Amino acid sequence: MQVTLKILRFDPAKDQRPHWQTYQVEAEPTDRVLDLLHKVKWEQDGTLAFRRSCGHGICGSDAMLINGRNRLACKTLVKDLGKVITVEPIRGLPVEKDLIVDMEPFFAAYRAVKPFLINEEPPPQRERLQSPEERERFDHGTKCILCASCTTSCPVFWVNGTYLGPAAIVQAHRFIFDSRDRGKRERFKALGSGSGVWRCRTAYNCTEACPREIPVTQLIEEVKREILFDRF
Amino acid sequence: MAHRHEVIVVGAGGAGLATALYAAREGADVAVVSKLYPTRSHTGAAQGGIGAALGNVEEDHWEWHMFDTVKGGDYLTDQDAAEVFAKEVIEAVIELEHMGLPFDRLPNGKIAQRRFGGHTKDWGKAPVHRAAHAADRTGHMILQTLYQQCVKHNITFYNEFHVTDVILEDGVAKGLVALELATGELHLFQAKAIVIASGGFGRIYKVTSNAYTLTGDLQAILYRKGLPLEDMEFYQFHPTGLYPLGILLTEGARGEGGILRNGLGERFMERYAPTIKDLAPRDVVARAMYLEVREGRGAGPKKDHVLLDLTHLPPEVIEKKLPDITEFSRIYLGVDPLKEPVPVMPTAHYAMGGIPTTLWGQVIQDEKNTVVPGLYAAGEAACVSLHGANRLGTNSLGDLVVFGRRAGIHAARFAKDADYHELTEEHLGPSRERIERIKNSTGKEKVAVLRAELQQSMMDHASVFRTGELLQKQVEILKELMDRYKRISIDDKGDAYNTELVEALELGYLLEVSEALVHSALNRTESRGAHAREDYPERDDQNWLKHTLAYKVADGKVAFRYKPVVLGRFEPKARTY
Repeated sequence: MQVTLKILRFDPAKDQRPHWQTYQVEAEPTDRVLDLLHKVKWEQDGTLAFRRSCGHGICGSDAMLINGRNRLACKTLVKDLGKVITVEPIRGLPVEKDLIVDMEPFFAAYRAVKPFLINEEPPPQRERLQSPEERERFDHGTKCILCASCTTSCPVFWVNGTYLGPAAIVQAHRFIFDSRDRGKRERFKALGSGSGVWRCRTAYNCTEACPREIPVTQLIEEVKREILFDRF
Repeated sequence: MAHRHEVIVVGAGGAGLATALYAAREGADVAVVSKLYPTRSHTGAAQGGIGAALGNVEEDHWEWHMFDTVKGGDYLTDQDAAEVFAKEVIEAVIELEHMGLPFDRLPNGKIAQRRFGGHTKDWGKAPVHRAAHAADRTGHMILQTLYQQCVKHNITFYNEFHVTDVILEDGVAKGLVALELATGELHLFQAKAIVIASGGFGRIYKVTSNAYTLTGDLQAILYRKGLPLEDMEFYQFHPTGLYPLGILLTEGARGEGGILRNGLGERFMERYAPTIKDLAPRDVVARAMYLEVREGRGAGPKKDHVLLDLTHLPPEVIEKKLPDITEFSRIYLGVDPLKEPVPVMPTAHYAMGGIPTTLWGQVIQDEKNTVVPGLYAAGEAACVSLHGANRLGTNSLGDLVVFGRRAGIHAARFAKDADYHELTEEHLGPSRERIERIKNSTGKEKVAVLRAELQQSMMDHASVFRTGELLQKQVEILKELMDRYKRISIDDKGDAYNTELVEALELGYLLEVSEALVHSALNRTESRGAHAREDYPERDDQNWLKHTLAYKVADGKVAFRYKPVVLGRFEPKARTY
């Protein structure tokens, strides 16, 4: 079938602002949007720039706004979109070229929550023990591929770029609720601050945007509660 | 721009991050140069597990793991490497746990383990639970955990920098040149020690589990400079690639009890590996699948694939232990593994061969193990040789932590006593010329067209089954493609994020590693592990119990030298399962 692909293009060397460009591509219903972008790049217009790596939803490189929603181009099939498909860069991060955005602010927020196990007690000879239930407690957060779909779908993040954003909070959650971790309070400094969890307006955009089906909003709420109860 | 660090690691997958972390712990100033963001490296796609004789579920010993690795590698595995590996991977898994890796757990709180192909107890008598796992995203967890630790240690990252040259002068590694994707600027990196951990090159084949970015860049760069590539003829096809895309479905699915069936519904592995059946090593299973299809017993309208049947497993096992592959199957094929078998076919997966190294990751340049001072390699880019002629499932994740750690420690210690070498702007010259030539070319050849021809022809002539005739044909095709490659041109003449330029450079690397692979395969007149020659069906220990070192002489001309296999504990025997 013929598909019309409308892509928001921006070349910093030529353009003042982004503009739409339309391509016609032949597609199978089971093609991924990534396949269509490749068809454009390889057959029609080599200047189109986008990120991708694994091609099956694991590396998180190709998050983009597809028909108005944040999705991974490699996990979105033509049959679920129809014959006219619009593609734009994810919102709230500076666009560097076409579908490529500057990820540094996103990773700065990630680093701010201390996304690593904090436990200064000398480790045992063998593994630290953890029950399956304790392991299950933070399972959701371990699925995160740092694609930025959640953070860049969040209206608070669009308005206030200093907000840590859902992805960083999910990373914090992953450690706060890990029975082996002792760094909860250190993380609360960033999480409880003005750019932390209290900015969240529970809009659920993040949960809807997550390509890994992480209940992001729920995890943010759990972190809020943990900070509140920690005061008592 | 110029940068200076004691140890510079190329690649930010599991091997690169492990190397960087341990080098930093040794006190070195470390930087990582990667063409991706670190968390996007392909280690993240590894699913099933990391094998280590923890003995958490049942009795297990590192000697059994060593034996399985040597036998799995069809006795081409260097046994000193296998011994170091089987011992140290236990410690490495415990260290990963201490770093916070969220392994699945047993009711007693210990790390859970599952079965995997080729892993056995009692010297091959029955499958054993050896693969420590975190659902079916063990690689993702390893990558995330190692990156988290690198953040903790404030390691410097140059993200989205595409390495275009390794500076080797007077037999010594002095630095790197890399293209900053965001700006198109060339950067000079001065280092006392360089570690290549840039991964594999599955993109030489049409059907592959590998990311688009796995194009053998650094293997090709070193090979062009006259360094050898070892055992390139041994390329692994993973049996269960999702048909027809090639996306990986972990061997852990068979470890949990999944069964391969042909178009007639038969459990065909009973014929090929009567003792461990569907848990035979990958080369054995991949060949069996091809044979079933070739003999007309394939599944589907074209009878060109087989089926992975999980329908008899409890739904909670599939949902809890194999969630990702279940989702892949649902999304890409519309097939629900709970209810119907999943179409699969072998997919190009892992390079057993690569940059030859010592047990400490030092790159060697000849059969006498002469090291290149300051140059190291680890992970899939390297060849220790742990995997020999065929890698066992889960041993890639083990390899990258064990030998990444060793390379990192050695490189840091080497750097302490070494000086920086003088580098000048002139060292950027060769990279600049290559890039300008591509950007200014008015040739008519298209990168995508050449790449597609390469990938299809490699699939047809140099994949699971090989003959001298097919390989010779591929030699000719490669010569022609290399010639046409000189006439490629690109649309994008800009500087910022010129990803078309990157793809053009990558195609050059794909052609080089293909050349090394095909010539090495044509040269080896026997069948061993993943290298199956139909015109030489037997393993020939008399003549071929040795490693291939392939040297580029000119385009289309390859010279060979040979390195003895390190034997020891286990004498080569017939390989049956």
